[in-house]
Amino acid sequence: MKIGELRCGDKAQVTGYCDRSDCVMRLCEMGLTLGTEFQVTKIAPLGDPVELCFRCQKLVVRSAEVSGIDVEKVG
Amino acid sequence: MASPTSATLGEAGVAVPVVALIGNPNAGKTSLFNALTGSQQKVANYPGVTVERVSARLQIGSQSVEVVDVPGLYSIRAISVDEEVAYQAIVDHPSDLFVYVADATNLERNLFFFSQIADLQRPTIVAVTMVDALQRAGGTIDLEALEEALGVPVIPVVAHKGQGLDRLVEEIESALRDPKPCPPVGRSPGSPVDLTPEERYKWSSEVRSATITERPSPSTTDRLDAVLTHRVFGLAIFVGLMYLVFQALYTFAGPVMDGIEWTFGKLADAVSPSLEGTPWLQSLVVDGIIGGVGSAVIFLPQILILFFLIAALEGSGYLARAAFLMDRLLGWCGLNGRAFIPLLSSYACAIPGIMAARVMPDARSRLATIMVAPLMSCSARLPVYILLIGAFIEPKYGPGWAGFALFAMHLVGLVVAIPVVLILNKRVLKMKRLPFIMELPRYQWPKWRDVWLTMFLRGKVFLQTAGTIIVVMSVLMWALLYFPRPAGAEERYTAEYGRQTSDFRERVSEETYVQQRQIEESYLGRMGKGIEPVFAPAGFDWRLSTAILSAFPAREVVVSSMGILFSLGAEPDERDMVTAVQNATWPDGRPLLTPWTATGLMVFFALCCQCMSTLATVRRETNSWKWPVVMFLYMTILAYLAAVGIYRLSLLFGG
Repeated sequence: MKIGELRCGDKAQVTGYCDRSDCVMRLCEMGLTLGTEFQVTKIAPLGDPVELCFRCQKLVVRSAEVSGIDVEKVG
Repeated sequence: MASPTSATLGEAGVAVPVVALIGNPNAGKTSLFNALTGSQQKVANYPGVTVERVSARLQIGSQSVEVVDVPGLYSIRAISVDEEVAYQAIVDHPSDLFVYVADATNLERNLFFFSQIADLQRPTIVAVTMVDALQRAGGTIDLEALEEALGVPVIPVVAHKGQGLDRLVEEIESALRDPKPCPPVGRSPGSPVDLTPEERYKWSSEVRSATITERPSPSTTDRLDAVLTHRVFGLAIFVGLMYLVFQALYTFAGPVMDGIEWTFGKLADAVSPSLEGTPWLQSLVVDGIIGGVGSAVIFLPQILILFFLIAALEGSGYLARAAFLMDRLLGWCGLNGRAFIPLLSSYACAIPGIMAARVMPDARSRLATIMVAPLMSCSARLPVYILLIGAFIEPKYGPGWAGFALFAMHLVGLVVAIPVVLILNKRVLKMKRLPFIMELPRYQWPKWRDVWLTMFLRGKVFLQTAGTIIVVMSVLMWALLYFPRPAGAEERYTAEYGRQTSDFRERVSEETYVQQRQIEESYLGRMGKGIEPVFAPAGFDWRLSTAILSAFPAREVVVSSMGILFSLGAEPDERDMVTAVQNATWPDGRPLLTPWTATGLMVFFALCCQCMSTLATVRRETNSWKWPVVMFLYMTILAYLAAVGIYRLSLLFGG
């Protein structure tokens, strides 16, 4: 599953990286490491970007730029 | 310019130790920097790039220390020019001491970068910010445990209240006197392998849970965001706020700008009589220098107002929400949500708009935004629209179409900007596209001290760099318009005036006639005549060509140059002006302007880069002459092609 497919409020976990783009690597350095659980806390009025919450911080990303991250819904 | 090396030389030739403030973006580095050093900041560029190096001297007892505010980093792996520069400032030109600024409310991520800095084993102390925010949210932090885990001194600071600054300065002093390397963290000493992000986060997560206790409480920020980023209310509030920003620029700045104009007018009047004896010097001082300085200072009110608002919106946390709301709208063509405010501001004036583009950390979208900002129709274009619409659209098609024409003129630039950005992104801008990752910070009251400092710093930088270029160019343009002025020319023009028919003399005053002849004979006027064939395909005569040429330094002058060229004097009455352009003819009696050519002329003014202050600002903001040259060429060529195209269409349809 990709982050763009999640809905607002969904919780998910990082299961792998299929494309190590700058954006994906940077998110990893910012704490979205393998196995990290996160929640989708906002989706912008026009459908993108989305806000993710993990490790007590909230980051806004474009779903297209984080398509290199594989996720799995939890809970 | 200061080079980012350690130990710059002080006045007495003694090496001054360098203290670098480093840490994640938004960790509170700049607030701490401002609190430590006051307003004694020095802004320079790092060699060869546009990244600003902000530094200041700090006096500790008898010792002088240079404090550098290094751009924020998330990791030592740089992915942009800015980050590369920051990385080099940290690693290649080692400072004598790092002050690592860590945000207590986001300790896990802040400690990730710290763990990489610790690997460098340089003298380091840690300043913990946002402890007050953590406590307000119901959390506590065990600073002793943190100090133990990090192995370096840890000092809590609340920069805007001045709390902890004395202790921080003491620690800086003692660390400079007796430097101790920072021990590596998260691994056994001597381990050669670089840690993976997973391993570093495992360590930082452990440190966080050992030092911070939190009671989860519903935060004000979440409640505010439920409204401010809401699908409907969020967008409505955004539009309302932007309307206020625009009004502030467009209308509030007006009286102050009039005041500045009035003051410089009075100054010119006061100086003028004392130079009566040497007309060229009088004209140089009054029209060239005082006029030139005035035309730079005139932009200050808008720059100050805009940066006050931007700093306040940024400090409150709203700016990031605005970017969040607008990203989809602007992102598809290669800009991003942060471009909204620069582009909106450019509708009042491109100069504050271009300077506002610095809210964009991504050099590529920042440059794209700067390059299209002057296409937005600024307030200086309005008089031309009003004149030509009043003369050609309204009488023929009525006020409804006149209003539509005015709206359309404001839309032209925006519509043209889209393909320009697409082309720039595809063909011209070669730098790396930065990932769009943005934090939505907590809402808080702006730190007014930082807001004022940002505002004054921007004003100062504008006057120092762009202002200088504007004054030099003004004097140059003055010379082109004033010279050559052979002896006896004025008498000759007066005599010519005497030979005109009495009907002509009734219409045109002697003073205006002499001015008109002087412009005609000036270098600029000759260029206008010489360039007439170039503008002929657009249906413009030498008068319009000269008016266009004279407006290249600043389009504000165009109505007054047209006044002189159409024999009305430099301050024409609006109604006379309308009649004059309506009745202007080619030598063979054909009307000079029709609704079609008037539209062509308006579109030309809408697209053409006729503002050297804009070019000077672009030069300053991009730190290179390349981009102002590219901007000037593409806008002017586009404007010309559009004007020619419209005239050709009119011939086709017999308009």
